Amino acid sequence: MAILEVQNIHKSFGRTEVLKGISFSLEKGNVLSIIGSSGSGKTTLLRCINFLETADTGRITVDGDVIFDSDTQAKLSPREKRDKQLKIGLVFQQFNLFPQYNVLDNVTLAPRLRAKEREDYKKNKKQINAEIEEKAKALLEKMGLSDKLQNYPCELSGGQQQRVSIARAMALEPKILFFDEPTSALDPELTGEILKVIRELAEEHMTMVIVTHEMNFAKDVSDHIVFMDHGVIAEEGRAEDLFNNPQSERLKAFLNNYD
Amino acid sequence: MAQFFQQFPTVFAALNVGFLQTLKLFICTLLGALPLGLLISFGSMSKFKPLSLVTRLIVWVVRGTPLMIQLLIIFFFPGLVWGKPIWGGGESGRFLAATVAFIINYACYFSEIYRGGIQSIPVGQHEASQVLGLTKSQTFFRVVLLQVVKRIVPPMSNEIITLVKDTSLARIIALQEIIWAGQSFMKGSHGIAGQIWPLFFTGVYYLLFSGILTLLFNKLEKKLSYFKV
Ligand SMILES: Nc1ncnc2c1ncn2[C@@H]1O[C@H](COP(=O)(O)OP(=O)(O)O)[C@@H](O)[C@H]1O
Ligand SMILES: [Mg+2]
Repeated sequence: MAILEVQNIHKSFGRTEVLKGISFSLEKGNVLSIIGSSGSGKTTLLRCINFLETADTGRITVDGDVIFDSDTQAKLSPREKRDKQLKIGLVFQQFNLFPQYNVLDNVTLAPRLRAKEREDYKKNKKQINAEIEEKAKALLEKMGLSDKLQNYPCELSGGQQQRVSIARAMALEPKILFFDEPTSALDPELTGEILKVIRELAEEHMTMVIVTHEMNFAKDVSDHIVFMDHGVIAEEGRAEDLFNNPQSERLKAFLNNYD
Repeated sequence: MAQFFQQFPTVFAALNVGFLQTLKLFICTLLGALPLGLLISFGSMSKFKPLSLVTRLIVWVVRGTPLMIQLLIIFFFPGLVWGKPIWGGGESGRFLAATVAFIINYACYFSEIYRGGIQSIPVGQHEASQVLGLTKSQTFFRVVLLQVVKRIVPPMSNEIITLVKDTSLARIIALQEIIWAGQSFMKGSHGIAGQIWPLFFTGVYYLLFSGILTLLFNKLEKKLSYFKV
């Protein structure tokens, strides 16, 4: 069964319809890349799935649990919304690290606050926080940042900041990790280190949805590709098929721009 | 010169009494205006249009007119127009009226600084907090607040040092603060008359006071310099 199911998402800003009925699904452990020209609605789609925008209609299911349903959304308490939100994680184009916290604290802040809601928190406080810190350190080591734990975001390169933000998102153990153009804010020579990290996550079968303009990367790393155009999915399919044998004129034109 | 040294202890004692009143006005103004300013800034940022419009109108009027006029109006208006002097007589009445005028005036200035600080925090900070499952209040206290504080320390320190000097405006309603105390030696007080140096000497108090505050604010700025916003 699919771990992510997105059904019939519509979203308008004022009178502009930006998403015109988006549906797709994703298998556990797979990587899906979303490609498409600028303005086609990729960011809006990710923002709707991550609750940063509220879709006008549609339904989103993660691991069998409905996290969004436009019919019942208004009835959810903030607490319920947060619980659903935490099934998925989002990595921003602009990193959005918290500037006043060092690298380690950026990663542990949310898990620590989250842990306070546990029933056994008072009793096992020390142990819980120690575990959170251990896990954060392990994640940061994986990101190659073990020697930066005490540094502040302003002391890091863009690539290092983005790796911290990936660790920060993963610290909450989301079932699916979303990336919105994770390399677009980086100098070209720094994009490689981020793509490498994402590749490693893919090898470990992290379920991911990646909006990207790096076509070669998308082709390599993805199991499935969705091509968006003017608020609809114009074409989708297995990565090799879609790149080697595009069907629609729009996708052909789009891919030609990258050769 | 001999006369100066003879008069100095008397003048010094009288100026200290006046300065105490200045200091009291300064502290009461801050205690009232710092939180009231935050309320006003929330009002001016409210999504409820009538509230934000009225708040901004009040702020505009208060910031656009001299504090001295506001002092005079607040002090005299109740007695002259309603025939009801609400402030009570004597020094304590004048102090109360002055404090109210200063709190209103400074709260409006502070509210604009707060508003600028809060609105300057990138929306990405709120969005990152949200996707990490932070509540609204966790986002404000754990993520936004310190960034706002860092941003507003320089303009707030300017405003607070201006307040040190602005307290002298309370002289206009005869509050017995340090300028009033210095001036009293021109007409005659404590057996000393026709002396202007005590009035000039009050400047030393203002210099020292604002100097100390400047040092404290610089320290605070340094303390917050470990991160960039
Ligand atoms: N908050 C918003 N208000 C109004 N229009 C928006 C807003 N966000 C995005 N749009 C519009 O929606 C369209 C799709 O934007 P976006 O989802 O950012 O596309 P992409 O990420 O594919 O470049 C654009 O035309 C954009 O101007
Ligand atoms: Mg985008």
